[in-house]
Amino acid sequence: MSTPDDLPRMDRRKALQWMLSATATMTVRDPSLFAADPGPIKAQGYGPDPVMVKIYKPGEVWPLTLAVPQRRTTRALCDVIMPADETSPSASTLGVPDFIDEWISSPYPAQAGDRRLVLEGLQWIDQESKTRFGKAFADLTLEQQTAICSDLAAAKPQPAHKKAATFFKRFRDLTAGGYYTTPDGMKAIGYVGNMPSGTFEGPPIEALKHVGLA
Amino acid sequence: MPTITAEKLQASYDVVIVGSGAGGGQTAYTLTMEGLKVLILEAGRSFDVPSEVAMLQLPSQAPLRGEKTPDKQYGFHDCSINSGWEIPGEPYTNASKEPADQFRWWRQRMMGGRTNHWGRIALRNGPYDFKPRTRFGLGFDWPIGYEDIAPYYDKVEMLIGVFGTNEGLENSPNSSPGVLQPAPKLRVGELYAQKHGKKVGAHVASIHRAVLTKPQDADTLPVKLHPGNAKAQSILADSMRTRSPCFWATDCHRGCAIRANYDSQTVHLRPALATGNLDILPNAMAREVTLDKQGKATGITFINKTNGSEGHAKGRAVVLAASSQESVRLLLNSKSNAFPQGLANSSGKVGKYVTDSVSSSLSAYIPAFEGMPIHNEDGAGGPHAYVPWTRHAQNGKGELGFPGGYHLEFTSGRQMPSLTVLNGIESKLGHEGVLFGAKLKQEARRYYGSSLGFGAQGTMLPNDGSFCELDPELKDQWGIPVLRFHWKWTEFELNQVRHQQQHIRELLEAMGGKVAAKAEADVSKLIKRGGEVIHEVGGAIMGADRETSVTNQWSQTWDVKNLFMADGAPFASTADKNPTLTIMALAWRMADHLMDEMKKGNI
Repeated sequence: MSTPDDLPRMDRRKALQWMLSATATMTVRDPSLFAADPGPIKAQGYGPDPVMVKIYKPGEVWPLTLAVPQRRTTRALCDVIMPADETSPSASTLGVPDFIDEWISSPYPAQAGDRRLVLEGLQWIDQESKTRFGKAFADLTLEQQTAICSDLAAAKPQPAHKKAATFFKRFRDLTAGGYYTTPDGMKAIGYVGNMPSGTFEGPPIEALKHVGLA
Repeated sequence: MPTITAEKLQASYDVVIVGSGAGGGQTAYTLTMEGLKVLILEAGRSFDVPSEVAMLQLPSQAPLRGEKTPDKQYGFHDCSINSGWEIPGEPYTNASKEPADQFRWWRQRMMGGRTNHWGRIALRNGPYDFKPRTRFGLGFDWPIGYEDIAPYYDKVEMLIGVFGTNEGLENSPNSSPGVLQPAPKLRVGELYAQKHGKKVGAHVASIHRAVLTKPQDADTLPVKLHPGNAKAQSILADSMRTRSPCFWATDCHRGCAIRANYDSQTVHLRPALATGNLDILPNAMAREVTLDKQGKATGITFINKTNGSEGHAKGRAVVLAASSQESVRLLLNSKSNAFPQGLANSSGKVGKYVTDSVSSSLSAYIPAFEGMPIHNEDGAGGPHAYVPWTRHAQNGKGELGFPGGYHLEFTSGRQMPSLTVLNGIESKLGHEGVLFGAKLKQEARRYYGSSLGFGAQGTMLPNDGSFCELDPELKDQWGIPVLRFHWKWTEFELNQVRHQQQHIRELLEAMGGKVAAKAEADVSKLIKRGGEVIHEVGGAIMGADRETSVTNQWSQTWDVKNLFMADGAPFASTADKNPTLTIMALAWRMADHLMDEMKKGNI
């Protein structure tokens, strides 16, 4: 499921279109702002009658829009939030960064707020990394990454971190939700359903004992 | 499913039905099994349940992890297409700008209608539910009682297959012996609520749902349902034999390719087509009921959505089953010299007394469930238990501040994780700040499956402020005038929601649950908006008096003898019970009456 960050997510024709529109906007924009905002979403949704049985991948219905540096940061942040452990893989192994990109690239109105929040948050976290440790977030050690995230995850974040903390909580929800909705994620959290069976036996005796019902 | 095109319409049918959902499906089934020639007009496209429903797909296999969007308003894998509260080109309006005074109108534009994404909860109305005026001095008594409809509940349950138990409860009637399918075993959370709910007077019982838990008895049921009709028996037996029982996975809202749960196509339309007596025309948006000079209905004018042309289908009788408010709209748009205010509207009551279920919900974190041994509790794709309303003595005496009652439906368990699976984990586990890293993964395992909630659904009595009419200006994309809604909750509904919240809270706390939400004093913020439960009924209510109702007890309009209603429109009031089973029972009863009247030469 995982793909390297540095591969473009679009076909050649689309890539050309994007490059052209990017060149057009770059002349009137501060290049550092452009890094945070790849432009408005012009894609269409899947419409009211999509094929439901089909298996979709992020980027298939509308293009992903994160630039390479943003993807690197996303991937690194996803893996700080959901690292690999002895029982389950990391978020990036399960394609969660692609899902985040799909989410913030969505043409639907409900994701527009998250798009702003995530793009600004990614920019903030890279800036913070450079200020504190002299490198982009993705190039920091896990300890350094964790230090920044811990500031944002604090019960009472510093006033200067307030907006970034809002971003972090939302990014955490998207990462965790993106993770646990995959087959490996479901296994990791303890969901073992979606398995057709001839009978339904009800809860096992251990489960009943667990809550004092047996 | 075989359908026809507009060119293939026959010159005339015995009966033209608008709508292919629960009411239209049941009507078509009953009539075609007895040999009548029937046409169904369906506004949506043909939909092939076995090949088009997504049963086992995961959220990660859908765009946006399957979350709701304006295109798929119940989520990507929900069995709804071209459907929603807002549909491009098909507007409606509200008279008020206040959200609380607005009605939200769900339309399901597909073959089988709303039966495709129904939760399959199939509860009978009880005796009190038909007589609110007698019992509470409020609302309207139906012109029928429970005893009139009970035989039809039995028949519908045998036909569609409903699991459950007979609990002998006041106003939650038993089915006749041998009618119900075996109830599935309850899940841990349901059993736990059953044990601890007793402390607060909550009786947890097996729910009734239209899902097969074993093969239908194709040797005996068809004989009971169609005595003396060998052809019908044979067709139904064949149909029953093609249905598999539940395979204990996936949410019923996704639709059922193995035909274990009920939807109109699976249970009604397939056998109806097998009789050779049914034509179904999809993509046909009904616009008007046509009349002859004697004031009898002659058929339906419709827009062929595939090319925008207008067509007409002719029938000796017309049945409207387009969903309650769409049928009302059809009546209001069928104006003539004889009926300047809309068809069958001499009482002025068409569009009046629209009701929906009164609903609110609350959930909690149950620490006792933490670290539960991992097991599969998908079960029958929806709840196995519910909390029926049992406080009849109290509210019979007027002690509760609202008439009727409500039941509680379980809203969680060890379900397939969705995108929001961990939202709010910190507040429920009592952590400060935001969890991440190894600690998050560890806590997620402990937390998952430990939330439990209830959604209440209750009685709404009809009131003068909840109705619809034609918008004086706006038309839809086919030039058909649209509906304008008016909506008002009364103190009864708000009192009921207050009681719902208090009762759910004490029930959750009896289970040791931690309720994160603080008690909200303003219950108007907690009540689901009108139309959001998608249980709206009324608008062409039945009654004993033609001055104050639109149809008689047979859902036959007072003004036009050969015009019948077969959806929720004739409901004189709602019960706390979900309306679909009652829609089907009323439709079957209506269809029997229609055939009697035809035999007698009255139609």
